[in-house]
Amino acid sequence: MKLWRRLMCTARRRSPWLFHMNSGSCNGCDIEIVAALSPRYDAEQLGVLLQGSPRHADILCVTGPVTRKAVGAVKTVYDQVPGPKAVIAIGSCPATTNVFIDSRTLEGPLDKHVPVDVYVPGCPPRPDAIIQGVAKAAEILAKRGNNPQNAEPVVTFVGEVQP
Amino acid sequence: MTLITALARLLIFPGLVFAMPAAWFFLWVERKSVALMQERVGPPFMQPFFDFVKLLGKETPPRTGIGGMLMRAWPLIAVSAAAGAVGLLPVLPSSGGFQGDLILLLALLELPSVCIIAAGFSSRSIFAEIGSAREAALSVSYNIVFLLAIVSIAASQHTFRLEALAALPATPLLWLGVAAILVCLPAKLHINPFSLPNAEQEIYAGPMTEYAGAELAMWELAHGLEWVAGVGLVATLVAPHVHAVWIAACIFIAISFAVVLLLSVLAAATARLAIDSSVRFYWQCTLIFAVLAISSAILMRFWS
Repeated sequence: MKLWRRLMCTARRRSPWLFHMNSGSCNGCDIEIVAALSPRYDAEQLGVLLQGSPRHADILCVTGPVTRKAVGAVKTVYDQVPGPKAVIAIGSCPATTNVFIDSRTLEGPLDKHVPVDVYVPGCPPRPDAIIQGVAKAAEILAKRGNNPQNAEPVVTFVGEVQP
Repeated sequence: MTLITALARLLIFPGLVFAMPAAWFFLWVERKSVALMQERVGPPFMQPFFDFVKLLGKETPPRTGIGGMLMRAWPLIAVSAAAGAVGLLPVLPSSGGFQGDLILLLALLELPSVCIIAAGFSSRSIFAEIGSAREAALSVSYNIVFLLAIVSIAASQHTFRLEALAALPATPLLWLGVAAILVCLPAKLHINPFSLPNAEQEIYAGPMTEYAGAELAMWELAHGLEWVAGVGLVATLVAPHVHAVWIAACIFIAISFAVVLLLSVLAAATARLAIDSSVRFYWQCTLIFAVLAISSAILMRFWS
């Protein structure tokens, strides 16, 4: 049983599947996510795969400042990701709503609606920072497991900008 | 074939104990060779195994308004059919078999794709239904070439026994049949250029869109076993007839590996075709292979 738990821990750390969700982003961060998966940065070395369906994903990558229209979609997609799961806020927008702060059309930042584990600040963040964020989220997933007590968000910042 | 040999073939070699690691290995070879062709490092060796274990440990979220039992049954049927197909392959010399096992093999090879179609429709997701409809259209088109190839080889030998076909000397008809099977395998295994049914990102995940957790793990396993069965069928037809068991097993694995490499290179080098182009391609193939295979089968019957 202990061996199986250790194997599961390793498997969760080594096979993070992403679902990419745009909540009103300008597309800058989305392009950087795609760049992180492209041959130049090759995130597949870490077992990272971009999945088409949120049901297949472990990690939800959210970009954008969460517009009013997108709030419902973000919550629905978050519920559709089966546990154990982690959320990464990619870029400055989901973390702080960035330059759009105090806009009436926004419901952000992201952590008002879903628990965020890893913040990757930057406008846009570099692909290496995104990959580092995914690796951190995968470690959090491995520690979290199926234990509901561990479901509290583990806030981590990665990348050049430190809070 | 006694009960013990049948169980040994189903569970040990070339069945589950061999086929599960082989399935993961083939899935890795596919991903790795695509990565190498794109000048990437690619996934680590254990990646498909870790994916499988991780999926086993995920929750299955509640799906409202869907027949849960049916959704759970399809991946299990697909896995058992694919495992049965692998178990039927006459890899080792004089491993036993029965008259008509070829027909059973063809049925078992077809069952996973029927399960995929049914699973897509029973999940009641619009994307899954599009994927299932594509899978159904594609399966109608490629299966005629596939069946024709195998049946013409069998008809020229007056037998439906797999062992007799595996021991067949290399004739032009055999090579024609193997070529036809190779043309059909990309569609059977859902890889480029015929990856329409599961078309990643385009229709989310195709028939698998609503699946999660252990059920998705079973689909991944069924897909891997389909790789082993499809590639293994080619390997048994092509492999030279030897009497030593170990050499036969090694030749089988080497040829399977070569066919996997060939298919991966094809997948990496091509883009996804539209459904009408794919269907037209297979019907044109059908016409050519039908004329060639049936005429050569008739000729061979007259000669023999």
